[in-house]
Parts: sequence; C-alpha cells; structure tokens
Amino acid sequence: MFVAAALALLATMILTIARALLGPTLYDRLLAVNSFGTKIVLFIAVFGFLTGRPEFLDIALVYSLINFIGTVAVLKFYEYDDLGSGAYQEDDF
Amino acid sequence: MPEFVLILFTVVAWVLMLIGCVFVIAGGVGLIRLPDLYTRLHAAGVTDTGSTIFMLLAMLLMTVVEYQNPWIAGKLLLILFFTLFTTPTASHALAKTALLSGLVPVDENGKPIIESPEMASKLALSRAPEHGEVAIAPGVNDGLQKSDGRGNENNDKSEGS
Repeated sequence: MFVAAALALLATMILTIARALLGPTLYDRLLAVNSFGTKIVLFIAVFGFLTGRPEFLDIALVYSLINFIGTVAVLKFYEYDDLGSGAYQEDDF
Repeated sequence: MPEFVLILFTVVAWVLMLIGCVFVIAGGVGLIRLPDLYTRLHAAGVTDTGSTIFMLLAMLLMTVVEYQNPWIAGKLLLILFFTLFTTPTASHALAKTALLSGLVPVDENGKPIIESPEMASKLALSRAPEHGEVAIAPGVNDGLQKSDGRGNENNDKSEGS
C-alpha cells in the first residue's frame, strides 16, 4: 500500500516539477511549487510508514507549515513589493 | 483488538489510500494539461486537499493496526488539520494575487471573460460592498468601464447582476 502511494506521489512530483519548469507565468510556477510541497509532506509521511519509522511525521508537520508560509510570503512580496506592509494603502483603490 | 477489526481497518486503509493515489495523479495530470492558471489552480487545490485527507486517514487506520501509538495518530491529525487550513488559503491568495496582477481568466473558447487587465485587478480589490459591484462578464454591466476606477457610482446600475 505504501509503496503504491509513494510511486503515485513520485510520478505526480515529476509532473509538478515539469509544470514549474514550463509554466508561462510566475503564478504557474508558484502554484507548482506549492503543490510540490504538499506532495513532499505526503511523501515524507508515507516514507515514514514504509520504512517503519513514523517519527518522520515530525518533519512532515514542520514542512507543511513552512510550505504555506513560504508561498504566502512570496505572494505578499509580489502583491505589495514589500514584506512588511500590513494592509492595503488608501491610494490602492 | 479482535482480529477481524484489524483486517477490516487494513482493507479500508487500502481503499482510502488508492482513492488518495487517484486524486494525486489526477491533480498532476490536471496541472500539466489544463489550459490556463485558474483551471490549473482548481486541479491543484482540490486534489491537494482531497488526497491529503484520504492518504492521512489511511495512515491513521494503519497506525491503529500496526503501532497503537496515540502520538503518531495525533501528529497525523495535526498534519491533516494544518493542511485543511493552509491549502485553500494558499490557493485563494494565489488566485487573488494573479487577478490583482491583471491575469485575465478565459472561457473554453479562449475568449477573456473580463474586458481588460485593469478590470481584473479592480475585481480583485472589490472585496467589500462599499466598493461597488464589478461586472464579471462583458455585457452584464456595460457602464462600468466609464467609471474612474472607484466603482462607487455604479451601484444604481448593478442591481441586476
């Protein structure tokens, strides 16, 4: 079961990397990287069960949070050109 | 735990894991084959959430069968909890930033469904009712592109949309 899941995840990770390399826009690449991160979380968890060492779940837990924070940080940088700004400026509207 | 319960859990875990694999591969194929960013976002976002739910539930059942360790089950549930929050949020932020940057969604014939990139970024900024309604399709609210970008003065024309 875990071997099949790991193979499916690896195949999808190859497709996702292909989209990250092909992607016409920046957002395609970012979407692919975010999706790749989610697949890595699942792969780490599956690999932990596959090798009989479910302690790998700690790494998966940390990775899922870092993945989200990384994606949102890059998006915020492209939206505001600044990582420190808190909200919309008044002259944005 | 009785033997047949463990066998039942294993069978259910197999089924859940196979459903998760189908979701994962469908997401990868969708990410390659779909035509523009917003459709790819649908494929990736939906299957990320779905496959995570199914695969982690399968691993949870296998934890019950193999390890009987509450810490492992707790960590799996924590990963599931965080993923259920973070994946839709990241998809939403990605779609909103793409729309704000002026990436116009197209319909199945390749025709843009928003007139211009400026309309797209205005649509991304119009979150609250006090900024007026913004027409999504051309012809729904034809008077809108004459406004100065604030959208407030079109409230009287947009009650049909």
